[in-house]
Amino acid sequence: MKQTGTRAPLSTEERYKAGVLKYADMGYWDGDYEPKDTDILALFRITPQENVDPIEAAAAVAGESSTATWTVVWTDRLTACERYRAKAYRVEPVPGSPGQYFAYIAYDLDLFEPGSIANLTASIIGNVFGFKPLKALRLEDMRFPVAYVKTFQGPPTGIVVERERLDKFGRPLLGATVKPKLGLSGRNYGRVVYEALRGGLDFTKDDENINSQPFMHWRDRFLYCMEAVNRAQAATGEIKGHYLNVTAATMEEMYERAEFAKELGSVIVMIDLVIGYTAIQSMSKWARKNDMLLHLHRAGHGTYTRQKTHGISFRVIAKWMRLAGVDHLHAGTVVGKLEGDPNTVQGYYNVLREPHNAVDLPRGIFFEQDWGGLRNVMPVASGGIHAGQMHQLLTYLGEDCVLQFGGGTIGHPDGIAAGATANRVALEAMVLARNEGRDIWNEGPDILAKAARTCPPLQAALDTWRDVTFDYASTDTPDFVPTPTEAA
Amino acid sequence: MHAINESTPSSGEPPTFDLEAAFKGSRVGEVLEELDRELVGLAPVKARVRDICALLLIDTLRKQAGLSTDTPSLHMSFTGNPGTGKTTVALRMAEILHRLGYVRKGHLVAVTRDDLVGQYIGHTAPKTREVLKRAMGGVLFIDEAYYLYRPENERDYGQEAIEILLQEMENSRQDLVVVLAGYKDRMERFFQSNPGMSSRIAHHIDFPDYTDEELFEIAELMLKQMQYRLSDEAAAALREYIALRRSQPHFANARSVRNALDRARLRQASRLFERGATLTRDDLLTIDAADIRASRVFQNRESVS
Amino acid sequence: MRLTQGTFSFLPDLTDEQITAQIEYCLKQGWAVSIEYTDDPHPRNTYWEMFGIPMFDLRDAAGILKEINACRATFPRHYIKVNAFDATRGVESLRLSFIVQRPENEPGFGLVREEGPGRQVRYTVRSYATERPEGERY
Repeated sequence: MKQTGTRAPLSTEERYKAGVLKYADMGYWDGDYEPKDTDILALFRITPQENVDPIEAAAAVAGESSTATWTVVWTDRLTACERYRAKAYRVEPVPGSPGQYFAYIAYDLDLFEPGSIANLTASIIGNVFGFKPLKALRLEDMRFPVAYVKTFQGPPTGIVVERERLDKFGRPLLGATVKPKLGLSGRNYGRVVYEALRGGLDFTKDDENINSQPFMHWRDRFLYCMEAVNRAQAATGEIKGHYLNVTAATMEEMYERAEFAKELGSVIVMIDLVIGYTAIQSMSKWARKNDMLLHLHRAGHGTYTRQKTHGISFRVIAKWMRLAGVDHLHAGTVVGKLEGDPNTVQGYYNVLREPHNAVDLPRGIFFEQDWGGLRNVMPVASGGIHAGQMHQLLTYLGEDCVLQFGGGTIGHPDGIAAGATANRVALEAMVLARNEGRDIWNEGPDILAKAARTCPPLQAALDTWRDVTFDYASTDTPDFVPTPTEAA
Repeated sequence: MHAINESTPSSGEPPTFDLEAAFKGSRVGEVLEELDRELVGLAPVKARVRDICALLLIDTLRKQAGLSTDTPSLHMSFTGNPGTGKTTVALRMAEILHRLGYVRKGHLVAVTRDDLVGQYIGHTAPKTREVLKRAMGGVLFIDEAYYLYRPENERDYGQEAIEILLQEMENSRQDLVVVLAGYKDRMERFFQSNPGMSSRIAHHIDFPDYTDEELFEIAELMLKQMQYRLSDEAAAALREYIALRRSQPHFANARSVRNALDRARLRQASRLFERGATLTRDDLLTIDAADIRASRVFQNRESVS
Repeated sequence: MRLTQGTFSFLPDLTDEQITAQIEYCLKQGWAVSIEYTDDPHPRNTYWEMFGIPMFDLRDAAGILKEINACRATFPRHYIKVNAFDATRGVESLRLSFIVQRPENEPGFGLVREEGPGRQVRYTVRSYATERPEGERY
């Protein structure tokens, strides 16, 4: 199926004659190209307009995301343009999706400024997504050479050090987003934080759009939340945290809020993806300098990650965010209310957590990626999950993640603290059982029922949410489904 | 063993216990077969191992029948000269005990006095405990165990190690099996002076020296594993060698044979190297008489005679 | 109050059988298990006293349980926890840490507040037990 082969190269005279040439003829397609270890690689899903040759379309993407413009320019000849041209080197039809092609493109390392996500994305997704000959275009995956990875700071803290600071090992961390999202006064908001933390959660969280509104200004929120955090620490003897959202209109304002969070002794601050890549990298540097965990809420990503034919896969966003350097990133729940096919979500988790990713097509990992000792990111599972799914969550997501039970804590019939306790007991019982070698996938409900015998809040939680599932087909599913017969 | 497979006739319908199934289920047969394959001769040893298997299997069935069975003491003593297969049998014994469910992991931790006894006050107990911890769930094999006891030095720390061992052999029966190994005569003296130790040993197995013929068979087995073979003349030389070697000092049965073969391989290699011509596969494979007869064992005879 | 540090503090205290199962799990992963004790369980007290060095190369939990019991016998009213270390690249840290003994009576912690300007408060978590000297606390 793979299309390779080089077209007969044009003579120099023909190549640089004024006028319009096919991108493939301009040198943006080279079927014999062997990617160098130092190249940045990108995989695009392209849907060409009718009558557009997929190879020409791939070459156009390579051209538009590197040196080309619509017409021949003689100034190319003042540069080492051969080297700077991105090269589409492989085009193959997407299995089971007629009209769609995977285009592999290699970029020379010199095309990029070290340590800048803004620069990287300005090239890779800068102009090319509006390009007319394509009906749709999606960036599926990227491979970064270690030389490039090493120009980034990466997560300020990383999973291992986060656990050491919090003194919490061997289980997923537990969190909850304060609800309702909007409208609570600072004083009432802190009540929710205190109850949830005292009841057994490790973290509570501001929602993405909690900033500084008429009903609650940021300073008020910070003060009441830290009173709640400290009270809960004294009540339990455990380190607790509240993700104080420092998202604001300007960097100056964000730094001011982050500094205040630090002064109050918070272990963690939070930002939203919508603040932009540069602001995220700045906050990452600030967090490393100030020994602060940095939580990133992926607000807004669904606008470009969800549709399979156009946009950017979340696995690419996850890779960028690991480079940019955040400690927590929302990456899906599999079982909750938000989009997420199990394999695809596990792919995101692996990208965030592993020191090295092998090619794993069923999980959507197209390239091998060596993270070069860059620290890892704690994935956060949030949205429509509850204690009754603990065995599924632990099986799908493993233990290095944060499970956020917002409604599943605050909506508990016996109160917020009871909801928190239910979640913590369910979690600890499940980890205990898994370590004992039990088959938690099948015995999960029994394990929870047994744990509930000594924990009435868990029993109430199980009774309340017994039948809640969100069973909708995912839109972003893997293109390569493992078929056992193929191997045989 | 099959003779036991009869249910006792009595009134009513007594429950029966399927020994055959229990034996098969434990997969101990495979280990016994492996022992047979791997060790030449040693008929009395193999018989004792089978006896112990039978006893433990019956114990298991007795437990199922609700008959009294304390956790049996399983500590053993393996006596015999060096190179008579004590370590190999201990390894297999660990596997057998594991398959029968008498130890949880089935690994073997082999130690000598130096691993257990320290040189200063307060040094011995942690050392011995450390070794015991590593051996938990398996078999602790103490080679030349009598060196633990040095009556000539009343401040010797070996006694401390013995006391800790005794305590653990009694208290940790379900966690650990101890095998004491060494020369027969010295071990007997050791047990005489340490009756506490003697009384905790449930099974004594004596490892006889190999006969010349058995040692020759062992040599052939070893060569086969290393992918060598003896020329006819070399075979004759090796038989002579074995007979001579036995009467010389530091004879260590199978171990002496292995050493002799290792040296013969060395001589074969330098012989081929000096010849320097193109070598056939046969050349590479074959040990010649000269490779064996160059041994000091033969020279000594000449100098003696 | 009940100190909820450690992986399994929200469950009823683990039996020796349950502790053994967790240790077996750790050994199976190739982790080294260690025992620590303290009578100062402040959440920021990172360094509890070590009851011996981490136990490397063990195959079976029985030996570790003996050490736990020895620690319990020596410090009958202290907090004791079991840690498991993973030396794999990218981890090189604890993978599991759970409490196996706690004092009968846990007085817990008080929160000391020092009011500052602009409604700011400086917080100190103080253990009621550590007001007495080490060894006489529980």
